[in-house]
Amino acid sequence: MNIARMRLVLPPWAYGFVAAFAMWVATTAYSGFVNAGATLSAALAFGAFSVVIGTGQMLVIASGPGNIDLSVASVLTLAAYVSMTAMHEQSGLLLPGLLAALGIGAVAGALNFLAIAALRLPPIIATLAWSFVYQSVAFNLGGEATLKPPGALLWFTVQRVGGVQIIPVAVIVMTVVAMILLRRLVFGRHLLATGQSERAAYLAGVEVGHVRLLAYVLCGTLAALTGFLLSGFTGGAALNMGDTYLTESIAVVVLGGTSVAGGQANAVGIWGAALFFNLMATMLNTFHLEAGVRLLLTGVLILLIVTIITPARTS
Amino acid sequence: MPEAIPPGRSAARRPWLRDAGQVGLPIGALIIMLAIIFWIRPAAFSYFGFTLLFKLATPLVFASLSQMLIIMLGDIDLSNGSFVGLINCVTVLYLQSSPGVAVLIYVATVTAYATFGLVIYLRRLPSIIVTLGMSFIWLGTAVILLPSPGGSAPEWLSGFMSWRPPLAPLPIWIAILSALAGHFVISRSSYGAVLRGAGASPRAVQRADWSLVGIRLATYAAAGLLACLAGLTLTGLTTSGDPNIAPAYTLLGVGAVILGGGSFTGGVVSPIGTVAGALTLSLAGSLLSFLQIPPTWQIGSQGVILFLVLAGRVLISERTV
Repeated sequence: MNIARMRLVLPPWAYGFVAAFAMWVATTAYSGFVNAGATLSAALAFGAFSVVIGTGQMLVIASGPGNIDLSVASVLTLAAYVSMTAMHEQSGLLLPGLLAALGIGAVAGALNFLAIAALRLPPIIATLAWSFVYQSVAFNLGGEATLKPPGALLWFTVQRVGGVQIIPVAVIVMTVVAMILLRRLVFGRHLLATGQSERAAYLAGVEVGHVRLLAYVLCGTLAALTGFLLSGFTGGAALNMGDTYLTESIAVVVLGGTSVAGGQANAVGIWGAALFFNLMATMLNTFHLEAGVRLLLTGVLILLIVTIITPARTS
Repeated sequence: MPEAIPPGRSAARRPWLRDAGQVGLPIGALIIMLAIIFWIRPAAFSYFGFTLLFKLATPLVFASLSQMLIIMLGDIDLSNGSFVGLINCVTVLYLQSSPGVAVLIYVATVTAYATFGLVIYLRRLPSIIVTLGMSFIWLGTAVILLPSPGGSAPEWLSGFMSWRPPLAPLPIWIAILSALAGHFVISRSSYGAVLRGAGASPRAVQRADWSLVGIRLATYAAAGLLACLAGLTLTGLTTSGDPNIAPAYTLLGVGAVILGGGSFTGGVVSPIGTVAGALTLSLAGSLLSFLQIPPTWQIGSQGVILFLVLAGRVLISERTV
């Protein structure tokens, strides 16, 4: 009864925040109040990367049923390698490095869409095949070695202004921009219209092809930006740096209240889901559970949340 | 141009020709790849050569058929690879020492798998995210059972996998038999039409007094059994256990189904095509090493092969429409 009433009150995107808060309270209760602030700021810092890559994935998923980008992890790694190679650890080359990363991401996104449109492939297969190619290119650029970032990037990614980290704040601004984009701007309206019914949108004069292309390009660009920032944050570009981000980018979008059927998107919910994921990892680590139990609980929690949010969405 | 095929388009003038083309495509790709290999190394054209080339194909064939059943229902299974990993661990731990326990765990995991399939349907959950959660559960269970890789396969199992039957090597026999079995059950039998209908047009099947709950439960259970077979045959080949042995099977299986003419819209799958797709994908690795492509480019070349074969599909469907 209680749960039924809660569903009426809480929108689907809010459950990520509720779950994240519960994980935070549990962690704090276990490890003492002194660590509460540090736990939260670490979750914000790591969560910010999941939000950037998730926001791109959200645009693609919202563009219609079946649309998904499985190449985000490879694009992230490739962009990190390309930009680190371009900068040669020289802080003066920071801007060219960033532009190189964003350019790679945009090209990768455009290639993804091209394969989907020209070969009429399901997006899952097209982006999967491209991800193999991007992965190979990254492997040839860097091999097994870790490419170090320039000092300026290292400095920027851990920088705080008045005790507040820059990156999470910048990413919150990005989320607000994404919300405005979806609610108020023509592209956002066209994207959701295309996602709801491609045929109806086409008949209403929406250039559905252009809209989807832009969604994939933005997704690639945001994945590349994640790779650029992440290699500053973690101290370099490594071959396995993108591994966890493929499933996480999809999970944060869906658990954040965006429908896999397309045509409906929620940018704020991604933050809730990303915080939930990071705080859950922290909590399970704090409890000193063995690896298997951690994985098992991760699966159970994903299933729980998706079961809770789905009826709320359809009602 | 939008990538979704408009509704009117699937009604091709000669549908059987198009279907034959869809299935013929992976088979054609397979023949071309074999031709290149035998042209480079004529010695490989032998019983032994075929055995080596297709050695690792059997588990992928079963995993792809399992994925095919799920895609037939209009769902997708992202947990396939970790399920195979779990079966692999259970097999090395228990099948030799206490076969009863092993069989009990197999039954329990298949039941759990079918239950998840039912929950997806009853609660209208997105299968992509539920199976993602399931993949963590299978992997977690496997890691709890077998924290570090090891163990050994029962001798009879590894013995069976290295058995040399007459006429053709074992992987070829298994591929042909499972493709034919799948063809007669899914593509030819009247039950197969109902099963495919459950994915393509569930309401129509429901109106015809079929229980969708029963169909989905049975299909998910069958998919779980096929994934079990994949895990067992994989264990027979590797002879040891590792929870992380087969994550690649998830997406390779999806690739095989689509290569074989399947579609995510539900109801459109081909067992023969899927098996041919699985053989193509497992042969791609051998082909690339025969062509002496450096290892760093091999993953990328696999992507290119996927594109090349699927580009052929566009040509075929344009000719026949």
